[in-house]
Amino acid sequence: MPPDSMVPRVLRRAPGFVGSTLAIARKDALIELRSRSVILSALAFAVLAITIFFFAWDPTAVASIDLAPGVLWVIFTFSGLLGLHRSFGVEQPTRAMDALLAAPVDREAIYLGKLTANLAFVILVQAISLPAVALLYNVPMGAYIWPLVGVVLLASVGLVAVGTLFSSMAVSTRLAELLLPLLALPFFVPVILPAAQATARLMNGRAVSEVSGYISILGAFDVVFLVVCTLLYPYTLEQ
Amino acid sequence: MPQGSFTSHAMTEQSLHATELTRTFGTRRAVNGVSLTLVAGDCLALFGPNGAGKTTLLRMLGGLLRPTSGSAAIEGIPLPGGAEVRARVGLVSHQTMLYDVLTARENVEFSARMYGVENVRDAADDVLTRLGAASFADVRVRALSRGMQQRVSVARAIVHNPSVLLADEPFTGLDSAGASALTGMLAGLRDSGATIIIVTHNLEEALALCTAAAIMREGRFVRLDHAPIPAREEYTALYRELSVDAA
Amino acid sequence: MKFSKLGVVAVLAVVCVYIRAIFFTPFDALQGPAQKILYVHAPSAWVGLYLAFGLVFITSVLYLWLKDPKLDRVASSSAEVGFVFTSVVLMTGPLWAKPIWGAYWTWDARLTLTLFLWFIYAGYIILRGAIDDFEMRARFSAVLGILGALLVPFIHLSVYFFRTMHPMPVLLKPSAPSMPSDMVITLVSAFFALTLLYAWLLHERYLLATERDAALEGRS
Repeated sequence: MPPDSMVPRVLRRAPGFVGSTLAIARKDALIELRSRSVILSALAFAVLAITIFFFAWDPTAVASIDLAPGVLWVIFTFSGLLGLHRSFGVEQPTRAMDALLAAPVDREAIYLGKLTANLAFVILVQAISLPAVALLYNVPMGAYIWPLVGVVLLASVGLVAVGTLFSSMAVSTRLAELLLPLLALPFFVPVILPAAQATARLMNGRAVSEVSGYISILGAFDVVFLVVCTLLYPYTLEQ
Repeated sequence: MPQGSFTSHAMTEQSLHATELTRTFGTRRAVNGVSLTLVAGDCLALFGPNGAGKTTLLRMLGGLLRPTSGSAAIEGIPLPGGAEVRARVGLVSHQTMLYDVLTARENVEFSARMYGVENVRDAADDVLTRLGAASFADVRVRALSRGMQQRVSVARAIVHNPSVLLADEPFTGLDSAGASALTGMLAGLRDSGATIIIVTHNLEEALALCTAAAIMREGRFVRLDHAPIPAREEYTALYRELSVDAA
Repeated sequence: MKFSKLGVVAVLAVVCVYIRAIFFTPFDALQGPAQKILYVHAPSAWVGLYLAFGLVFITSVLYLWLKDPKLDRVASSSAEVGFVFTSVVLMTGPLWAKPIWGAYWTWDARLTLTLFLWFIYAGYIILRGAIDDFEMRARFSAVLGILGALLVPFIHLSVYFFRTMHPMPVLLKPSAPSMPSDMVITLVSAFFALTLLYAWLLHERYLLATERDAALEGRS
């Protein structure tokens, strides 16, 4: 009989699903905070996008309020992609993924944990870009800030759900950096299209009821793809 | 092929039991009918040329791959047993599986969380001290030498007190100080009742450490010796003969 | 190149239908000769968007469940053939639209759906090209096939929302609600002929995939 000290401690309590999800999310966030690689590139990109749209703009023909939705969604999408690529990339250099898979953690918790970390990162970029655009493009967002935040969050969940799954697949292939945006593009369109439209309408002072259709589509997309991607994630792992 | 002398042990004492374990990739048989029985305190050195299937075998036993056919059980739980089996196994390889920007302690604590260990902080402290890594516990892994990193990697692998430790070429890249430190750690684990399988090309160190030795070739064990293992010179000659000759 | 029976029948059918379409079917009163692209465009859309993609979806689900490599080969063959037919749709559409609508492209639901399905097909094929391991390639393709099929209703919905806010170009409906029976016969025959063509190409591509996989496995 193995000595008592060798009885695995885990027999007394298996890692909980929510607990492991959060632990993985926290670990990813900690790594990003330490290396700051993506957050800095995302912010640099945001500044670049804001500036370029501004310089490419003829103020006599187009009001700044018409420019703002486009700038915002370009920033959100591309910074999202930057973060997604790194999501499973951090597990590659020392094969840390093997250690994760060898642990008694639910595979779905790995997916949702990374999704949570990616979402947090995307929200951070949005929290900085929205006020920046409001300021630099002179678009006061106070009147509709909550519906706007709602639209942005709903869209972000959809983008990150699909993006995290594709990131898991792309990282194991040869053309990883090309494949992620290529695979994700058709899936981003049904999210960005309603989201950008809703953003534009809200900025032009339309009532929330007018954008309810867009919000429903975003909500439906989130539900369907969160569930399906969580279910499909284990199939992206070696069997 | 010499049989083990352990058939008289009761089933419950077997920490690892495999029968005709097979794994195919497409039409290629990476592991072709491996049978093995180990008990607590056994340490098996697994030798063989590259491509013999050693890594695939370990990945199956570690719950990373499903067997195509055959059966295996760890502490009586059949493979693939999911979380139950994985909770009892620790995995070490020549890759550290550590996050470079996190500290040693953070890495080990994360591993403890993933295994559902109750008191994460204490468990990490304890295992880092036992392995002589306490002095650099709060240093980022990136700043550690290869030997220190491997030490942390072992800490990561055993923080949950696994009954089985699978080590895939853990001596790679270690200098002699690092290698003897690792050997000491593994001997300590073996003595406290863990079952260990070490894949290595390092005949000398492994034979000194282990209670059993096997040579794997083209997916099968071509030789399996339980204690007493033949003397080093004899075994070295055997190994050369069995693994080097052209098919 | 050896033609199987199916191949002979398919090619004959296609040739006959298009001879009939060009020489023996009357011109459309409003659209003139350009309208005849319909006989290529509509059946190609049926094959590329519904038949081929539907088969990709079904075989993808079945593959994840049963793990049979044959299912993966059917899926990948259907995807490649579907990609070709969808490309035909995307090429014939603008050729037809320009003289009739005055524009090569509009973001209406059907066109956008077709374009994005084309992107999904392209992604599927490139994904397969980027993976060497058979099993991983089959698994990943199946995941993409399932996700792509689920995407279809969402693309349709999102573009519908966009389109209702946006003025349409002068629109003469490409498929008139009532067509003279001559044209109906040609159109229906074209559907059958292209479906046969798809079946033949699918079969040939499947055989090729089986041979190639066997050769690669034999080598490893």
